[in-house]
Amino acid sequence: MGTTTVNNNFKSEEYFINMGPQHPATHGVLRLLLTIDGEIIKKVEPDLGYIHRSIEKMCERDSYQQIVHLTDRMDYLSSHINNEAVCLTVENALQLEIPERVKVIRTIIGELTRIASHCLWWGVMGMDVGALTTYFYGFRDRELINDIFEETCGARLTMNYNIPGGLMYDIHPNFVQRTKDFVKHFKTKIPEYDRLLTGNVIFQKRMKGVGVLSKEDAISFGASGPVGRGSGYSCDVRKHHPYSALDKVTFNESLKTAGDSLARYEVRIMEMWESLSIIEQLIDNIPEGDYKVATNAVIKLPKGEYYQKVEAARGELGVYVVSTGTKNPYRVKFRSPGLSNLSLLNHIAVGGKIGDLVASMATLDIVVPDIDR
Amino acid sequence: MNNNELQNLIGSWFPNLEADKIVETVPETEEGAEAKISEPVNPSLLSFTEEESQFLNIEVSPEHLHSLMTQLRENPETNFDYLFCLTGMDWGKELGVVYHLESTKYRHQLVVKVKTADRENPNFDTVCNIWKTADFHEREVFDFFGVKFNNHPNLKYLFLTEDWEGYPLRKDYVDEVNMVVK
Repeated sequence: MGTTTVNNNFKSEEYFINMGPQHPATHGVLRLLLTIDGEIIKKVEPDLGYIHRSIEKMCERDSYQQIVHLTDRMDYLSSHINNEAVCLTVENALQLEIPERVKVIRTIIGELTRIASHCLWWGVMGMDVGALTTYFYGFRDRELINDIFEETCGARLTMNYNIPGGLMYDIHPNFVQRTKDFVKHFKTKIPEYDRLLTGNVIFQKRMKGVGVLSKEDAISFGASGPVGRGSGYSCDVRKHHPYSALDKVTFNESLKTAGDSLARYEVRIMEMWESLSIIEQLIDNIPEGDYKVATNAVIKLPKGEYYQKVEAARGELGVYVVSTGTKNPYRVKFRSPGLSNLSLLNHIAVGGKIGDLVASMATLDIVVPDIDR
Repeated sequence: MNNNELQNLIGSWFPNLEADKIVETVPETEEGAEAKISEPVNPSLLSFTEEESQFLNIEVSPEHLHSLMTQLRENPETNFDYLFCLTGMDWGKELGVVYHLESTKYRHQLVVKVKTADRENPNFDTVCNIWKTADFHEREVFDFFGVKFNNHPNLKYLFLTEDWEGYPLRKDYVDEVNMVVK
């Protein structure tokens, strides 16, 4: 909400329109101030803060166990991965030895989260460019993952399954079988996604060459996740800084070099295949053992600074904790993938049309609570 | 490059306060610059530490921030092309900014810190002409800490309304209505 006044130095043919904050294509309460000339975009300026809750300030008065629950509410589609990031930070600071069982379960659920998030993205992405059917297909498959989560974690969206030291409780007896069933099911569905949307000529024309981002700019803008990888920028945290059980599995980093909307789209489709492969490698080999290690009821991190990065569904999530040795952190910073990815929107949208802006935004896959932390 | 090598290299760019102004115009390969490398590093200019952190930390004075950052980005041996986190900090007496850097080529990482005791008008040079991602992140720090960034092209509130009073993430911020203090 920082900018309610508009630059008045217009040329006669330029004018200004609002997109959002309730526009369906902005995926939440994001307001874009567009300066346009006819239908050509001259400038895109995001106006943020409509749902800012100041999670970083709240963290300063909360215990480390409580902070985990706040991170659900950032990028709610990667809630498990966000929780994991905080837990890893705390565990590394305390130098806790985490059981292998915990690491493997965290990774499996993390990859299921990624697939669920990409399913939702694929559904709304199609809807944004005019293909309503995708919405139902995407949600149909995401429901199956949510059912698995509900049984094991007790929640479908904000899971809170991770705690510092391990997991809240052990996996449900049905977890392994249901996950295997899902993998089998979903392998038949991704080709269906491709048949329905990827190969569609109208869709391809909406995406190809639209919103092009070069590799140099991707790095400079701090792009991460599928946005960076669509520009050929190898930025997968799972590859470069593996955590949990990700060093025990083999997978390919999904890379495309075109840098346009179609490339970002294809990266996400490829990532769903890779996530399935990671789950398949781990699901039959969940080690026996404890599902958590005991921590003190009051966790105090040693004085110092801690940083942990993980690959959330939208890109690199960083957790920066400064501790003075008390039960509350002195400062917590969440480096969210969304804010950096949004900051390049102006760069890729200028010169295009409003319809192209919608396509570009859909492939940036912005979740507003992740930006308005 | 490991932390020791980084420290030696970066320390050699800023041999001491007076030499610094000369070195800027002299290419590193020339003999004049070579000779200065062996000179002791002035601790008030750059200070290095690895204590209480997994990264090599550099603290730099505000007036040298921009020239250090430019060299970190442009030097082919350091090549820190990825600013992955930019954090505003309130250390109680001092305000400052913490930059987390990574090289996508070498994958080495580094933390740069800059501080000022001026709480009335804290200001640093912008780095958004070096890394474009700094544009939004510096505006976020401006919102919540009131730190101004000189030469920033569009420095205005990103999240807050224009009439917001105070800087919410500072430690001395008081809001009796909306803040629950435990």
